[in-house]
Amino acid sequence: MAEEAIKLGGKKKSTFMDKVREMLPEGGNLNLCLTCGACASGCPATGLEGMDPRKFLRMAALGMDEEITTTPWVWMCSMCQRCIYVCPMKINIPQLVYYARQSWPREKRPKGILGSCDMALKHDTCSAMGASEDDFQFVVEDVLEEYRAAQPEFAEMEAPINKQGAEFYLNQNSREPVTEPDEMVPLWKILHLVGADWTYGTKGWAAENYCMFLADDDAWRHIVEVKKKAVEDLACKVWLNTE
Amino acid sequence: MTPNFEIKSIIQYYAQWIREGKLKVNSDWNKDLKVTFTVQDPCQLVRKSFGDPVAEDLRFVVKTVVGEENFIEMYPNRSNNFCCGGGGGYLQSGYAEQRREYGRIKAEQILATGAAYCITPCHNCHAQVHDLSDVHGHKWQTVHLWTLICLALGILGPKERAYLGEDLAEVNMFHPEQE
Repeated sequence: MAEEAIKLGGKKKSTFMDKVREMLPEGGNLNLCLTCGACASGCPATGLEGMDPRKFLRMAALGMDEEITTTPWVWMCSMCQRCIYVCPMKINIPQLVYYARQSWPREKRPKGILGSCDMALKHDTCSAMGASEDDFQFVVEDVLEEYRAAQPEFAEMEAPINKQGAEFYLNQNSREPVTEPDEMVPLWKILHLVGADWTYGTKGWAAENYCMFLADDDAWRHIVEVKKKAVEDLACKVWLNTE
Repeated sequence: MTPNFEIKSIIQYYAQWIREGKLKVNSDWNKDLKVTFTVQDPCQLVRKSFGDPVAEDLRFVVKTVVGEENFIEMYPNRSNNFCCGGGGGYLQSGYAEQRREYGRIKAEQILATGAAYCITPCHNCHAQVHDLSDVHGHKWQTVHLWTLICLALGILGPKERAYLGEDLAEVNMFHPEQE
């Protein structure tokens, strides 16, 4: 038997996981993993790039920073949070994935996500497809006019824009006004029939936020602030997310 | 950053308006047709935002509109549902092959229901589930709830039917001359 206990040398170096733990409430429970694998067994991203959520967390815990901050798997996890839902210790693996995304140089992150975020920063509409305030207003008014004429039962239907004090501020994914405007109409009809007091805003109407997916905190915050201000400037009571 | 307004989903209001009698919709249109539907619980709406209560609202609306006997649940569901692979920026990430492999679980879940339609009350889910249908031989159609509500109300015109299949293309047509 050994006379002395084995001593591990040196001070433990700070790892990527340590940094993330400091940023999360309760440390994201990142050091509580029981290695049970409930996360990996129910994750659709398991197997892609030879990775899965448990493996990703174990690699982070082992200080394999190089591997986890460079694997493209972080862009193949949708951060859907099912792993947290099934985890007995409620470990926040998606947040670890988010910070791993953030460790990529901005220009090296996926071009489509980057482009969609940058496009959204161009106008206060926050549209990832680059639709401006005027574009949006034109499409909405044009479509409304067409349907009021073609379907006389809806001659009185409205699609208000910037209506001060409306109860609902309705957002809209850019795809509808930009590529399939007729898809906006069924929702307008429903709102008309129930007598909802609603409005769009020329600012902040776009529902999407690719800056969040890009893991660009400043841009993400900017988008959320523009949208929040748009709802508050119109003094609406409810920010209504569409389908 | 605390807002001075509430954040809600239109799904919650569809349910409320039906309960209050403001949205007078029913499933009579589907009594004889018996077209079957399943529903995708969007992660952002259910697991990540409002939890199982909104999943119940969603089912209440769907069953009211298509008929309880024509609704088929996929498993697992509600807060335990699998992500379809449309979230997190996946659709714009450039990893299309991996996104479709990720979505294989969702496609198998939908196929196991045998339903003719998958209702996707989320834009990302709609795009992804629609694409998954494309790569799995078009065995199901992918629709928004607003389309079905207006179909049931008899106020869905010819240009508002982009996502309906041939079986429903002409059903309850409103202003067919608008074409």
